Amino acid sequence: MEKRVTFNERWLPYLLVAPQIVITLVFFFWPSGQAIWQSLLVEDAFGGNSKFVWFDNFLQLFSDPAYYASVRVTVVFSALVASIGLALSLLLAVMADRLIRGATVYKTFLIWPYAVAPAVAGVLWGFLFNPSVGVVSWMLQGLGIEFNYVSNGNQALLLVVIAAVWNQLSYNFLFFLAGLQSIPKSLIEAAAIDGAGPVRRFWDIMFPLLSPTGFFLLVINILYAFFGTFGVIDALTRGGPGQATNILVYKVYNDGFRGQDLGGSSAQSVILMIVVIVLTFVQFRFIERRVHY
Amino acid sequence: MVENRPFLTWLSHAIVLLGVIIIAFPIWMTFVASTHDQATMLRSPVPLLPGSHLIDNYTQILTVGFGRGYSETPIWHTMMNSMIMALGVALGKIAISIISAFAIVYFRFPLRLTFFWAIFVTLMLPVEVRIVPTYGVVASLGMLDSFSGLIIPVIASATATFLFRQFFLGVPDELAEAARVDGASPMRFFWDILLPMSRTTIAALFVIQFIYGWNQYLWPLLITTKESFYTVVMTVSRQANVVDSAPSWNLLMAMAMLAMLPPVLVVVFMQRLFVRGLVETEK
Repeated sequence: MEKRVTFNERWLPYLLVAPQIVITLVFFFWPSGQAIWQSLLVEDAFGGNSKFVWFDNFLQLFSDPAYYASVRVTVVFSALVASIGLALSLLLAVMADRLIRGATVYKTFLIWPYAVAPAVAGVLWGFLFNPSVGVVSWMLQGLGIEFNYVSNGNQALLLVVIAAVWNQLSYNFLFFLAGLQSIPKSLIEAAAIDGAGPVRRFWDIMFPLLSPTGFFLLVINILYAFFGTFGVIDALTRGGPGQATNILVYKVYNDGFRGQDLGGSSAQSVILMIVVIVLTFVQFRFIERRVHY
Repeated sequence: MVENRPFLTWLSHAIVLLGVIIIAFPIWMTFVASTHDQATMLRSPVPLLPGSHLIDNYTQILTVGFGRGYSETPIWHTMMNSMIMALGVALGKIAISIISAFAIVYFRFPLRLTFFWAIFVTLMLPVEVRIVPTYGVVASLGMLDSFSGLIIPVIASATATFLFRQFFLGVPDELAEAARVDGASPMRFFWDILLPMSRTTIAALFVIQFIYGWNQYLWPLLITTKESFYTVVMTVSRQANVVDSAPSWNLLMAMAMLAMLPPVLVVVFMQRLFVRGLVETEK
């Protein structure tokens, strides 16, 4: 889409785009280029000398069992975050959509976790499940379940999933609610007159009409689980115990800053960049065509 | 309502209410923990109802800080840092985006499309992915431990530019035409017509970007080494990691409450703008 009416100025438009272009060049293209360049270099242990090694860093990564472990954790983690998060928020949205009385109040109470920083969300859930003073772990102990996310890898992963879902729930809820409210009431009424009950109406009318929203949220939630959950993990488990919650984006940070392995970390960054580009592409092209009303 | 089914309505209320309670529970426990003294919060089970140390805890956190050799910076100071960062990110992003969107929509000039795509690709890569080299760039520019280092790299993103572009494209052509016929300069048109029309979009964007800036974590964690530049969100997480050796859950949770307060207030009181901003920046 283009404007028909434009202004004629020679230098003004350059002046206007300059701040954003300069910032984008310096803080986006330069570092991204460096990530790609560094992924092809190996630096010796004492810094200083670096050698161009073509794709050695990538080959090394692909033969490293720790990398595959991290890929596995990331896949499990994002599958859980996306599926649990979408299911719960859809349930809440469908129920809230039915209600007339109290709808605004409920909405207010359901949307504010969005405002809580992921790192703070991690701290809150860590407190609830703290092995020595946590309320929830105390209750679980009463039920005979020993919950210690500090030493048990699966429990750590479960806790990170819970905190991440909690943090993202309001976002999903708002989009599902908006999607539900845009479904024409006449469709629902027509189905009701034809004798379709609430369950049937949900699966045959609302659910298919919500599928564009659902797919959009699916991509957003996967991106969120991949990148947005850094704070949750850093505050709760720091990738541990062992490698149990070491998702890819955390590994980039861990290897780059703690391990000082710039080449390996950059190679991981480049792979993640490709993942994001593919996901964005899928979101733009594939999904819009495949989902039918 | 299509039909009257009391049981279903009751069930819906019950499920939503249960959701609200579960979602609010962590915040409630945080609040409760911030109102007890240190000793109470060390004995399991911890209380489920507020205690009497609310004022003590918050006064200490706000004016003295965590104390005991861990962090002597009072929280009002770190909250000011967060506020500067959040306002800087929100206003900075809006300022650079609105003028570049104006240039891209209302002018024809060589390299216009190149600029457009250069800005567009930033949508694709979140800052977490390129964090190590970005740190290197900021370090070599000497911007570590500074507000410009905290703010400027975070505003390199295209979401706001696209939102404004979308909005400008919907503005009727007649307005620009009238301005041109009347001999108004482009900047005059921008200030007197376009900017006032964009008020709601700017406000919605401000709400989203303020929360985004306030909640930044990884970036401030990396580039600040001096406590005088710490933000409140990173301070909470830092203290949480030492709390096992010096368990002051009451103070930590008071700090967490204060870290959540500004963005939560923004969401609750500017709900309409928040929802609008959220839906528009993503779609």
